Amino acid sequence: MITNIKRRSFLKVAATLGGGFTLGIAWASDVKTGYIKTAAEDWTGINAYLSISPTGKITIMSTNPEIGQNIKTAFPMIVADELGADWKDVIVEQAALDTVNFKRQVAGGSQSIRFSFDLLRQAGATARQMLINAAAETWGVDPSLCKADMSKVVYNGKSLSYGELANKAGKMPKPENVSLKDTKDFHIIGSSQKNVDADKILSGNQKYGIDTKREGMLYASIKKPDGFGQVIVSVNDAKTRAIPGVVDVVQFDEKVVVLAKDTWTAMKGKKALSVTYKSDKTLEDSEVIDKKLVELLNGAGEVKRNDGDVDKAFAEADQIVEKTYEAPFLPHNCMEPMNFFADVQADKAHLEGPIQTPEGSRKAVADMLGLKEDQVSLMLTRMGGGFGRRLNGDFVREAAQISKLAGKPILLVYSREDDMAGGIYRNAVKYRFKAAVKGGKMTAYQLHGAGVNSRNHCRENFFPAGAIDNYKVMSSNYESAVTCGPWRAPVTNFLACAEQSFLDEVAEACKKDAVDFRLEMLDYAIANNSTTKKDYDPVRFKAVLKLAADKSDWYNKSSNEFKGFSAYFSHNSYVAEVAHMKKVDGTPVLEKVTCAFDCGILINPLSALNQVEGGVVDGIGHAMYGNLTIKDGAAQQTNFNTYRMIRIAEAPKVVSHFIDSTEHPSGLGEPTLPPAGGALANAIYKATGKRIYKQPFVNEMEVDVLG
Amino acid sequence: MATISFQLNGKTVSVKDVDAQMPLLWVLRDHLNMTGTKYGCGIAMCGACTVHMNGSAVRSCSIPISSIEGSKITTIEGFSPNMDHPLQKAWIEHDVPQCGYCQAGQIMSAAALLAENAKPSDEDIDIAMSGNICRCGTYNRIKAAIKTASNQ
Repeated sequence: MITNIKRRSFLKVAATLGGGFTLGIAWASDVKTGYIKTAAEDWTGINAYLSISPTGKITIMSTNPEIGQNIKTAFPMIVADELGADWKDVIVEQAALDTVNFKRQVAGGSQSIRFSFDLLRQAGATARQMLINAAAETWGVDPSLCKADMSKVVYNGKSLSYGELANKAGKMPKPENVSLKDTKDFHIIGSSQKNVDADKILSGNQKYGIDTKREGMLYASIKKPDGFGQVIVSVNDAKTRAIPGVVDVVQFDEKVVVLAKDTWTAMKGKKALSVTYKSDKTLEDSEVIDKKLVELLNGAGEVKRNDGDVDKAFAEADQIVEKTYEAPFLPHNCMEPMNFFADVQADKAHLEGPIQTPEGSRKAVADMLGLKEDQVSLMLTRMGGGFGRRLNGDFVREAAQISKLAGKPILLVYSREDDMAGGIYRNAVKYRFKAAVKGGKMTAYQLHGAGVNSRNHCRENFFPAGAIDNYKVMSSNYESAVTCGPWRAPVTNFLACAEQSFLDEVAEACKKDAVDFRLEMLDYAIANNSTTKKDYDPVRFKAVLKLAADKSDWYNKSSNEFKGFSAYFSHNSYVAEVAHMKKVDGTPVLEKVTCAFDCGILINPLSALNQVEGGVVDGIGHAMYGNLTIKDGAAQQTNFNTYRMIRIAEAPKVVSHFIDSTEHPSGLGEPTLPPAGGALANAIYKATGKRIYKQPFVNEMEVDVLG
Repeated sequence: MATISFQLNGKTVSVKDVDAQMPLLWVLRDHLNMTGTKYGCGIAMCGACTVHMNGSAVRSCSIPISSIEGSKITTIEGFSPNMDHPLQKAWIEHDVPQCGYCQAGQIMSAAALLAENAKPSDEDIDIAMSGNICRCGTYNRIKAAIKTASNQ
């Protein structure tokens, strides 16, 4: 489904057949479509879309992919607030990919709200002004005397509902320079609203991509090489074709695909395939990769940043602290395995399913099929998790290829084993830190990151950049056939754990309290704020450290509580976490995590709490258990019997505190994950005296501290 | 190939010409169009496919259709279509779902727990719900929602 592309001129408003009005906002920056010539003169930014029925129902399209970050509730809340709507009147619908009317339909980098906030507000405010103008004209009064109030326009005791005004408003000329609300007047933004899809989710009526059904559709199961980098030598599909319900077997690249009348038969048919593979190169192996990464750490990395003179500081140091931290590959393990529907025909194609990057994926499919982008439609479905896996549209391209070869609409469904063994992992990575300590102070900080398949394994402009004069960051990359990709909080998901564990050790070497040590560094960054480049604001960062210290009762050292501190800036947000550990019958157990968070204006506090809790639990779980290893070219863990995920009994309580802020909203879905592992590692040290240098933590300890 | 009859959400259904080894999950999803029950792992390790079989929570991905002849099966669609079960209300009160994909299975496991144990302790909840994975990490809310529902 492609939204009506005739609604293309900027803020062109058309009365609909039903008597309601629709407001489409389109932007010239969408240069690919080429026909929005006048819009650039007026505005720049994103677009949005809403419609109002004569009965006063307001449908707001949620434009971005929903992966569990609850954007489908938050985006419409922003529009509805500026619209002056009563939230009870709002119906939310998922928009299809529509590059004519919408902008940046991506779920990635925790950037959706940050990018779209002002533009969604403008969309709502423009519609509100048109409704006000319609009411003012009806009453013959100046619009400035009228006010929007809970889905009504009011003036001098009179009132007209948005439903009553919709038709007339739809014919009003587009207003110029609409004013946005003062943030203190928000009536929906900042209020806690429930997930708009909850009823459907809890009654089994929510459709995910994997639930897609179409007339004549076949189910596809895909067999890829057992090991990364292998190619097919021969395929024998005789046994597969003999299975009742198997319709076809097709082959492309190094993939063999079984098409059947149901999912299980397709999977059964795949298991019956006999495929032999070969590889010209030595097959990948985690132990070999580990050795290669250490070799890289022992060499000179690509210098990403070099402030002051670290070598001089190391030469003059009282003490040098040098530690290496290690992490394995991790699969994403979205609960909904990768899947996509494709119906490819000679001159058009329809795609439908869970994808975080619909625009890029459609373009890739169009290019692959030799179609133009406007011949390919893409409908978004609610996703059973994303975590970065669905930024990569490999399975979308596969679905399109299969549909083309089969000549039928198909639903490609990965088995859990396909999903977990199929790559696009959080890369294996190692970090070596080196600090110079002199006179009770850290006088130099050096980091070298070495990992698999990424241009940069570090974040050289994050803390402690600017907080110390002698500062050097290097990165080294190892190219491997094991495919890697973004994984919730790319790079920082382990970098933060390593860095915050290391700083704890350096603080100890400096004989400083862990929080005071960090606060002193931030004070230095504040004092030198104008002279050093850094991506973070040390004043905001310091505030979350102090909030976490206060709420966790950090400075109260009781005899049976062992607290670990960790703080991290990422995705434009600031987080500090304290892991609270107790000993039960002599065994340390993680009891709870206190989290202080600054992500600017909170759109939906209830949902924000849920995201913070989930990020912490996810971070603790993967630090403790996450481990995927490669042997003979293949993943050794392919399902949840061998790959351990955190479960309910192991999840710590999470107590969250937000900075009350009027700053522009920033990332929420990712930033609470990175510091969690460091807080846990530092608490483990307090409780046991043992430092943890390697994920998964559970392999480094005699007891499981999650109980 | 087999023909199997069983009770599904209070109605008798008959499935013809299916592989006797096909798990209940795929019969529900692909042959009966009941997609509320989710596929997560296929080996009874994640709980996304949890349904009730004669009142007990079972993993439908690992039960061959041949073994359910005459059984009473309840799926999320038939569990409480009016959304008036205390668990559904509590799930909404605590705004539990993030991505939502595992939540039908979570609810079905929780319902079987409450049917047996009206006032479960934290430990009871941990044991009963340990077979259900949530990658989004909504466990604390799941626990709170079960507690809320158990007090009604």
